[in-house]
Order: sequence, then C-alpha cells, then structure tokens
Amino acid sequence: MEQVISKIDRRKFLKFTGITGAGFIIGLSLKGKAGAVSVAKAGDVASYGLTPFVMIEKNGTITIFNPKPEMGQGTFQSIPSLIAEELEVPLTGVIIQQTGGEKRFGPGQSAGGSSSVRGSYFELRKVGASAKEMLVQAAANQWKVPVEECYAEDAKVYHKPSGKSIGYGDLAEAAAKLEVPKNPKLKDPKDFKLLGKNTPRPDIPLKSSGRAVFGIDVEVPGMVYASVAHSPVFGAKLVSYDDSAAKKVKGVIGVEKCQRIFGPYTYDCIAVIGENYWAAIQGRKALTIKWDNQGNDKFNSKDYTQYLHDLSKQDGAIDKEVGDFDKAYSDAPVKLDAFYETPVVSHSPIEPMNCVASWTDGNKLEIWASTQVPGGIMNEFTKKYNIPEENLTLHTMFSGGAFGRRLYTDFVGEAVQLSKAIGKPVKVLWTREDDTEQGPFRPMTFSALKAGLSADGKTLAFQHKVISPTIRYSKNYDKTKTDGTMTEGISEQKYEFPNMKNLYVNADFHIPVAAWRAVTSTTLAFAHESFIDEMAVKANKDPMEFRLGLLTKDSDTKTVLQKLKEVSNWDKPLPAGWGRGVAQYEFFAGLAGYVIEVSKKGNGVNIEKAYAVIDLGTVVNPDMVKAQVEGAAVMALTAAIKSGITFENGQTVQKNFNTNQLVRINEMPKVEVHILANGGPKIKGVGEPGLPPFAPALCNAIYAATGKRIRKLPFDIHNV
Amino acid sequence: MPEYTLNVNNKDYKIDVDPQMPLLWAIRDFVGLKGTKFGCGIAQCGACTVHLDGTPIRSCSFPASAAAGKKITTIEGISENIDHAVQKAWIEMQVPQCGYCQSGQIMSAVALLKNKPHPTDADIDAAMQGNLCRCGTYQRIRSAIHRAAELV
Repeated sequence: MEQVISKIDRRKFLKFTGITGAGFIIGLSLKGKAGAVSVAKAGDVASYGLTPFVMIEKNGTITIFNPKPEMGQGTFQSIPSLIAEELEVPLTGVIIQQTGGEKRFGPGQSAGGSSSVRGSYFELRKVGASAKEMLVQAAANQWKVPVEECYAEDAKVYHKPSGKSIGYGDLAEAAAKLEVPKNPKLKDPKDFKLLGKNTPRPDIPLKSSGRAVFGIDVEVPGMVYASVAHSPVFGAKLVSYDDSAAKKVKGVIGVEKCQRIFGPYTYDCIAVIGENYWAAIQGRKALTIKWDNQGNDKFNSKDYTQYLHDLSKQDGAIDKEVGDFDKAYSDAPVKLDAFYETPVVSHSPIEPMNCVASWTDGNKLEIWASTQVPGGIMNEFTKKYNIPEENLTLHTMFSGGAFGRRLYTDFVGEAVQLSKAIGKPVKVLWTREDDTEQGPFRPMTFSALKAGLSADGKTLAFQHKVISPTIRYSKNYDKTKTDGTMTEGISEQKYEFPNMKNLYVNADFHIPVAAWRAVTSTTLAFAHESFIDEMAVKANKDPMEFRLGLLTKDSDTKTVLQKLKEVSNWDKPLPAGWGRGVAQYEFFAGLAGYVIEVSKKGNGVNIEKAYAVIDLGTVVNPDMVKAQVEGAAVMALTAAIKSGITFENGQTVQKNFNTNQLVRINEMPKVEVHILANGGPKIKGVGEPGLPPFAPALCNAIYAATGKRIRKLPFDIHNV
Repeated sequence: MPEYTLNVNNKDYKIDVDPQMPLLWAIRDFVGLKGTKFGCGIAQCGACTVHLDGTPIRSCSFPASAAAGKKITTIEGISENIDHAVQKAWIEMQVPQCGYCQSGQIMSAVALLKNKPHPTDADIDAAMQGNLCRCGTYQRIRSAIHRAAELV
C-alpha cells in the first residue's frame, strides 16, 4: 500500500497513481547494462520490461518508487534520497511508494543483510541523474539554448544567462521523448544536498501520530479475520479436532484447516474465522485439538545443551586453515582454551505476524503484508498458484519491526490459503503467544576456542570451533563440510595469526531457525572477542594494545580500534570499581566496535557508557546511522541479559513478553556513536554491525571491573 | 448483546460487542482508529496505551464495556496537525524507527508530562518502562521527553 508523506492528501494520491498516458516514467533496466536507463509512457511500462523508479506528472507531482521495505532501518528516506539527490528534487513533497515485487522494479526488492544502501548507492543515483539530464535537455530544446547553459535545482530547470526557469511537470512530456543518457554524470559528493546530511525522515511524522499504515492496520471491504492454532510442540501432527464449541461463539463464521510452511517444515493448523478479530480469538480458545507429538514432546534445552557439548568433541570440518595450527599449539609454552555458550532468541518485532490476502475471480490475488521480501512473495505465490505476475498485486506495508523475521513468508501463506478456501479477503493475525511459541528463532552457537602463546605473549596458534544447528535449509546440505553462514566472520577477522584452524560441527535441530539481525555474528562475536580478551589477559597485556599488536598491517579494523581508543579515552584511568572492555567484529554486513564502561553495583554491574564506532566508507544519513547503532546496542543487550528462548516438553517455555523479556527504558545504557566515513572504496552496512561486538565488549568490561569472565549468555547483570 | 457508547477523542461511537472485548479491539475494529496498536494482549508492551479520563491504560487488557461513559483519548486525539509538544519533540529528535510502538510511547509520555511538567530521568524510567521498543529508541525517547518539557 502506498505510504504518503504527511502533506499529501491520500485520496488525491490514489487518484494519480492510477495515471495513464500523461507523465513519464524513468527506469533502470536490469536486463541490459547496469545503469542503462529507458523511458516509457506510464502505462506502457511493463511492455518495455523496465524498472521504473521515477514518475513525474504534468502538474509537477513526483513519485519515487522505493524497492526497499521500511522496517525501521530508514529505507523510506535513504533509498528515495539516492534518486532525489541526483534528480535535484527535495524529498519533502515527493511521494514515496513502496514497490510490490513487480518485475519492472528488478530483483532487488527486499531488505536484509544491511544491504539496502550499499547495494543501491550508485545504481539508484544513476536513475536520478539520467532523469535530470533528460529534463535539462528538454528545457534547453524548448528555449533553444545550449544545454550547457541550463541546470536543474529544486524540481526546476534554470537557464543561467537569462535566469528563466521551468518546472519539471511542464518538461515531463517532452523529456519522455528524449533518448536516455547511457552514462549520466553523477554529482560530486561535495555538492550533495541530501546525501551525507542529517535529513529528517519523511515517515517520522506519520509514525509520531498513528498515521503510518502497517500490515496489521489494513482493512478491505468484506474482510474477515482469522486466528490460527498451531501446535505448541514442534513437529506434532494433527490427529483430530472438535470445532463445535468454536462455531457457537458469536461472530465465528467458520473453521478451516491450513498449513504453515516454513523452510523444510509443513505444519497442520486450524484457523478460526470470525467477523472480527476478537470473535476469531474466542473461537480459537474454544477449539479442542488432538495432536500426535511424535515423541517431540520429550525435547528440552538441557538435553540439547548436553548434545552440543558432546558434539564439540568431534573434529569438525575445516572452515579455514593457516599454517600448522596443531603443531604450533602443541609446541606453544602457554596454552589456553575456553568454551562459550549462547542462547536461542526470538525476533519479537512488536507488530505480530499478519497478512491480508484476497482472491478474486479464482485467479487474481491481492496481498497486503509487512514484509522484508516483496520480490520473494511475488515469486513464491505466482509460482505456487500458477498465476501470471499481473494477477498478483502486493502492497508492501510499513513493518512494525522485522529483524529478519519478515524475510519469511509462512504467515503470508496462511492468509493466501484461507482466502482461497473461503472466497473472502482474510486477515491472519498471530497472537504474541503464536509469535513467541512458533519461531523461527535465532539458533544458539557454542564455541570451543584454543590459543597458544609464546612466553612473551605473542600469539602462535588460534582456533575457533563452532558447534551449532544451521539456518541454511538446503536439500544439498553437506554436514561434512563447513557452513559459512554458521561460522560467519570467524575466519575473516583481521588479526594476524601465524597458525589458525577454524572448525565447524553441525548439529541436528528440528525447530525452525532463521536469520536474525546480524545473523550468526551476534553469537560468534561474543565467543571470539571475549576469547581474544582472555588471550590478552594471559599475555599480561592491555586488551586494546594486544589487539592492535595483532594488526600490524593497515586495515579498517585497526582504524576502528584506534578511533575507539581515542573517543573512549581508553588510557584515562577510571574510578575505582569501574572497568572498560573493547570488542570489534567484521562480517559480511560491515564493521563496528565498542568500548563499554561498567561500574560495580551490588553483586552485579551498571553499564555507565557505551562508545560505538561504525565503519561505513560512505554515509547517507548520519543521524539514522546513529539511531541504528543505538538500537542495535539495545537488541544486543536483550540477547545478552534476558532469558531468550528455552524449551521444555517440546515447546518454548516463554510465551509472551512477561517471560520472554526485552530490555526496557530503565535498562538503556548511554550509547555514543561515532561514524567513520572517509569515502572508502567499500560501502558497508548500517543496520546490523552495531550488534555483534556489544556483548563481548560488555563482558570484557565486566571482567575488567570484577575479574569474572562470562562465557555463557544470557547472564544476570545484577549478579555476575 | 447490550450496546455501549464509547466516547473516543470527544466523539461518541455506539458499538454492539461482547462486553469483555478489550477496548483495543473496539477502538481498532469498531471505532476504526488504527493508531493504537496490538503488541502482546497482556499489558506487557504498552503498544495499546490510550488515556481513560486522562490516565494511561493498556487497552488490550481493559474491557470495552468498562470504558463506557468515560473519555477515551487515542493517539489520533492528541492533536489535529501532529503538533502536540511531544510529537514536535519526537520529530525533532527523530525518535521512531519502525514506529509501531510509538503511539503507545507518545501516549505514556503525554500523560507523564501532564503530571510532571519537568520529569527527571528517574521519572521517565518510572513512567515509560511499561512501553517496550524492540528497535531500541529509548535513548531518543528520553531526550525527546526532556525536549517536550521545554516545548510545552
């Protein structure tokens, strides 16, 4: 569904999105050369196979199509601003419309892996630049003046010598007939008006007034509501159910079987359909369902933890080998080893999973969803139901948090099945209990670490062995090989170890697991960077200097540590009872580090301050980057000190926020964020890198303050 | 089933629903105001916070029938033009990320400032800890409440 900035009247917007003929659309052709741009009249777009991101109407209204779903990470501003910067239009007054998986917008219609800005930075700027050049050319043609005498600013083209100007709306039709520049000139970053600046986000007023429309808020005519009962025990099979009481509940209009399909799993479910949501919920409570637990009700976290410990004795598959670890370790005069554990955690976006689906004429499907993957939904459901793309209309809604959970479409599938079954638009809305109980979850990783040091504290040998289930659901999965998703980052750290052998041992797990914000780095960084600290202690060296000593060559990691040292006043003594810790982690999404200061408080600690440094190369919106890192720190803190998800009798112990607790405002530490954006060749991600190094920096600080080494998450911050 | 009159944002709505239906669902699905959000259903997250005669309550755990005859204020009712001091501060500090919890955060903040025009950090902790934010905007919420106190 269209999300409109505050000043635009919604009805007017709906009217002109139905535009045909007038105006023009500029798009980035992903079929041809990267950056090649074509123009077509609106309405003809599909036949050209283009991916149009800009629409300008005769009345001057500009619409920018945004292929990156907004889930709090700021793509509603950062992505359109890439186009707007080069197009020379201010973002205020522009209509931003989320794309719905349409092929013409290309394959990149998803948000995940901190990839939105770094993946679009040049391509979408070229789209804006091409459109601008055509508009300038159109003005030059109209005025019969050399194009060099014209320039664009604030949605107008100006003629420098005469000072006259003309608005984009008056140029759109003529511009659309021009040839598209193949290599549009991009602006010099020093001339940027939006990029690199603290530009306010257009969605903020909507989100400060209850006007932002999330998936849960969608209402369509004739819509009914569904609450879906899933087995609390993973892997149970439906035996029978009695819906006679449910059907007697006022407002209940039916009970339907459906399936939740997640990765390799297909679970039977019973949906109660109601005239309103409360009726559906009451009806669901009145269901009697008999499940065959298939023995899965014996599963519990305690036994599974033991299983992972047993697996850790296996050699494992080699992830990366440098030199001769075995010999170097065996010869080393100083040895240390440690075992680290992390928990399963939930995504728990505050907007529970939901979707509205509506089938009409038996072969036309309309979906409204808070999702990270509009492109994925388009692919999956057109294939599954064998309908052409034009028969599926997807409205990508604002997501009330996602964190990886909305990369998956299990809840969309439920709504699509139910609408098909009953022939009405259906809103499926999971309860918080469904969301907490059903997963998918971030899996735990366990880590066995070893290091060999020389007598004077030099690192001779290093090993990180990961033991974990995998989030990669592939038919061709080979358990005898390493799994880069589950060893994420451990072999890419810049520390110069002369001998290193990293290993992976895969564990079976029958519970749905998934990517979580910063994926496996969120657990591995804790083990990796805490153990580096243990090595520093063993070597009797300052943890910051020990790390820098392992980084003789220039690297972004070294720069981040040096910056942390500077901004945290690392060398300045702290008050008695305080301690500070450092950690960094580089992985596919990017690179960040923290220095955290804690003070002793009773049997536990208080977090006094967290200094964060994030390395980006190039920054689009510094304030948004700071917000992302502040938020990542909170999410990392929850994962470090709250219960996470545990299992007993085959199901989650935690069912809602009373037991699956999240950090609250009174537990929020002060976070000070510093951005490194020196125009490096590689643009790094924003949303995720602030997470992984938080827990190890905190635990290293706790060691410095108390002498207690935390090797297992979660831990009780009030009683270390 | 009896009919109730709910006064929401100074407007009366007659609704005919199960008296035990939580006020949240009456507001969202019958009155039709979607700014108030569902997060947990057990008064743990605060996304559903509205004011009942000026006092913040968790509408997910409050029967609709018990709100009859009282003044209910939702996020839609605090200003016409997104210009309440709290909203201005929220925009100035760029508080929301996903934004889903923010209606509830703002309703709690508005009530806090009514009782304590110049809250301390401890006051903010006490008044706001019933509102979860999974995106982690707490630091900005704190700054924005202090800022709103200046703007009031």
